[in-house]
Amino acid sequence: MLKFVVRRLLLLVPILFGLSVLLFVWLRALPGGPAQALLGERATAESVARIEALYGLDEAWYVQYWKFVSAAVQLDFGNSARTNRPVTEEMLRTFPATFELAIAALIFAIGIGIPLGYFAARKYGSWLDNLSVSGSLLGVAVPVFFLAYILKYVFSVKLGWFPTQGRDDPRIDADHPTGFYVLDGIVTGNLEASWDAIMHLVLPAIALGAIPLAIIVRITRASVLDVVHEDYVRTAEAKGLQERTITRRHVLRNALLPVVTVIGLQAGLLFSGAILTETVFSFDGVGRFIAEAISNRDYAVLQGFILVIAAMYVVVNLLVDVSYGLIDPRVRVR
Amino acid sequence: MTTTEPLLDVRDLSVTFARKSGPTVHAVDGVSFTVRPGETVGLVGESGSGKSVTSLAVMGLLPRRGVRVGGQVLFDTDDLLTLPRDRMRDIRGRDIAMVFQDPMSSLNPVVPIGVQVTEVLERHQRLRGDKASAAAAELLSRVGIPDPTRRLKEYPHQLSGGMRQRALIAMALACQPRLLIADEPTTALDVTIQAQIIELLKELVQDTGAALVMITHDLGIVAGLCDTVHVMYSGRIVESAGRRELFAEPRHPYTGGLLASVPRLDAPRGAPLHPIPGSPTDVLRWERGCAFAPRCPNRLDACTDGPPPLETLPGRRLRCLNPLSETEEVPA
Ligand SMILES: Nc1ncnc2c1ncn2[C@@H]1O[C@H](COP(=O)(O)OP(=O)(O)OP(=O)(O)O)[C@@H](O)[C@H]1O
Ligand SMILES: [Mg+2]
Repeated sequence: MLKFVVRRLLLLVPILFGLSVLLFVWLRALPGGPAQALLGERATAESVARIEALYGLDEAWYVQYWKFVSAAVQLDFGNSARTNRPVTEEMLRTFPATFELAIAALIFAIGIGIPLGYFAARKYGSWLDNLSVSGSLLGVAVPVFFLAYILKYVFSVKLGWFPTQGRDDPRIDADHPTGFYVLDGIVTGNLEASWDAIMHLVLPAIALGAIPLAIIVRITRASVLDVVHEDYVRTAEAKGLQERTITRRHVLRNALLPVVTVIGLQAGLLFSGAILTETVFSFDGVGRFIAEAISNRDYAVLQGFILVIAAMYVVVNLLVDVSYGLIDPRVRVR
Repeated sequence: MTTTEPLLDVRDLSVTFARKSGPTVHAVDGVSFTVRPGETVGLVGESGSGKSVTSLAVMGLLPRRGVRVGGQVLFDTDDLLTLPRDRMRDIRGRDIAMVFQDPMSSLNPVVPIGVQVTEVLERHQRLRGDKASAAAAELLSRVGIPDPTRRLKEYPHQLSGGMRQRALIAMALACQPRLLIADEPTTALDVTIQAQIIELLKELVQDTGAALVMITHDLGIVAGLCDTVHVMYSGRIVESAGRRELFAEPRHPYTGGLLASVPRLDAPRGAPLHPIPGSPTDVLRWERGCAFAPRCPNRLDACTDGPPPLETLPGRRLRCLNPLSETEEVPA
């Protein structure tokens, strides 16, 4: 098991190396540069050159790349050209926000998706089944930003049930030792702040969780439909076991195997969905920060953030594979 | 034979499957038979003759949708077909147990063998914890699984096919059922293992006094095991008799054909086998005549005029207008 984990983690090295080269070359091939973005349309050639010299952008790309890599291995990604703060500091601020949002989105998607998929399968062909199938088709088809706008317009602007933007109400005094606002409220004993953070999370989490929800419903339903016809479920019935034992031990344990894989894949993809969701809800997380970095050609931020996200994607998938091994003895690695 | 009350009394059982496209399938059509306590009964027939559907109907395990079940299945004077579902759950696994065809797919791959054995004990005998584990280990060793305490912790994929079938037999016998139904329990196994499993079943039903319904298409198995044999063809019983009578003197041409197609240990080496010509898909609907008529060497014109009745003869039931004569030699 340990060997397996180590081997997979070692794989990170070539992945990150290849990705960093691609990223580096691609960013520099984009029209316009950070100096241009910083100084605006009417920048003079000299001022652009001065800025470029300041950030070392006048050197050959491989020299720049070498400097970047030797700093990055020490977790130094340079400074943001826009905020002028260290990229790592920006990461520590924005990653907890997006993690909190992603976790909320997954709780929403899993908490509703698995039961709904299960009951749709058990009531195969019923109105509940038809509704969940067509609902899940709709769920993957609706663009995230469109859904986000609709949710915001209806439930925040019109009905006023939820705040329209941000992560917290500035009128509430709160400390943020971890950067996870819900958790911060709990550890500092400020439950009002926790509740406020939750209310700020609801709509963005629904918008971000909609696609994973739709996919989890469909996979769970299909998987349960398969498993209930398996011979071992018939064996369990022949033993006269109670229905809840059969459901939990014999149907769900097997039916959830493919669902776990899908959840892992979706969890990795949440970052791209977060760009749109966070922008709509002015949610101060990774997604919004990257979106701004793109329009500002903020090389240091893009390089650092995208590499860290890629590394996390690999780690999330590793976690999924490990947990898969824990629930399926056939793939258990020794 | 004793004249005790039957333990299981299947009366005029019929099962039809409604299909979205095409006609409904009459999988079982007016089947009646009894099983007395401790008796071993064979249900024999080619693929598709309705053996499994019959056993699933007795167990109450047919799918609920699109299936119509008629007749009666009396067990202890209860009609299992009309029993409330939770009463039926109490009976399954405790009074009637079943072993299925494919041990590879009949065990849950992600649950340890031990849990799959103890869950029956927990359910019906309220055994828990160490007591249940000890009883489970005892059961495994009884069905010939070596090192049972270790096996309890293992998963199905760590056991061979034969061991898995033994484990499934252990689960079925866990609560000392009075009736065990075995649906082709050896078809998926190697020949050498097959003999061991049959021997094991024979021993176990003798020791526990359980009645056994043995479903098979292999008359060799029936010959070594069963007291009474029912031969099914296309959903109906075509001949029933005691084992001796049936083997000594098959009357239905289909039974005769089955016997002729069995390799016999006492036959000279290289003696030809005689498979029944045609295939079981080549059937007539019973309403229009004898379903076996298209393949039957003894066919008369009358055979395709209407369904032949199941006649009761001394020591035998027979559904045939032109049976093999009582002294006719089985082609060997
Ligand atoms: N769930 C089902 N839906 C529709 N038809 C079915 C279903 N189950 C069985 N049948 C039909 O019922 C008939 C009898 O099937 P059954 O499984 O009882 O045969 P069998 O005698 O057990 O054969 P085998 O030796 O292959 O196990 C077959 O024609 C089959 O197609
Ligand atoms: Mg069968």
